Amino acid sequence: MKANLQFDFLANKENNTLTIKREFAADRQMVWDCYTKSELLNQWFAPKPFTTKTKSMDFKDGGHWHYVMVDPQGPEYWGRMDYIKIQPIDFYTGLDSFCDASGIPNPDLPRAKWEVTFTEMGDHAMVHTVVTYNSLADLETVIQMGMKEGLTSTLESLDDLLLKLKK
Amino acid sequence: MRRDVFQAIADPTRRAIIMLIAAQAMTPNALAEHFDTSRQAVSKHLRILTECELVKQEHQGREIYYQLEIKKMKEIDKWLDQFKKIWEDRFNQLDNLLFKLKNNKK
Repeated sequence: MKANLQFDFLANKENNTLTIKREFAADRQMVWDCYTKSELLNQWFAPKPFTTKTKSMDFKDGGHWHYVMVDPQGPEYWGRMDYIKIQPIDFYTGLDSFCDASGIPNPDLPRAKWEVTFTEMGDHAMVHTVVTYNSLADLETVIQMGMKEGLTSTLESLDDLLLKLKK
Repeated sequence: MRRDVFQAIADPTRRAIIMLIAAQAMTPNALAEHFDTSRQAVSKHLRILTECELVKQEHQGREIYYQLEIKKMKEIDKWLDQFKKIWEDRFNQLDNLLFKLKNNKK
């Protein structure tokens, strides 16, 4: 099913961005829906083993999505996306932040700007995501947090490579 | 523009070059045999990898061998593992959801 779907992932330390391109085997409208409807976002947004729950969502310019990622071990991580500009089904931009259960952003944790663009590729769709942090330190903080939350694993090819090097 | 490790591995040909020279140091000619692109294109990728300090050159007689800078590779590994895996998981779940939605439509 997911053979040969393009996936590019590039972290750029020069301008504090992550650029992520991913092809999906579905039409653009369906992929757009998955990104912009809470009942669908709930089904995929949090990486395993986390699950996503939406507290509130108002998908419009100036609106927001307030959600929580729940660790099966107990911890909960609240987040919110404040939508800046939405142009169905081409793109949306928003400001991503860590927050608490009442939706108040944590000023000590990095915020990032998201630009998500949807394009057609025959009967597939391509989603191009650019996540921009204010500083390299912010990007590093978020990566460190990922480690703490146990979202650890490895880039397969590099893993193999490092194994090879150790021999 | 200053280059860094992330630009180095952004390109599939460069990733393939890294995998090849991880096994053994190679000359540009030997490397070029593994690719459909021109020898020139391979040289360009090698230049970028050198500027990123991911590979280093070693002269043996008249030949230049390229070998991997292991320390730099570990830097990338550490940085990127976390994020890439998160996004991969996320997208795999979205693949499954899209598959389900398409079946429901039929």
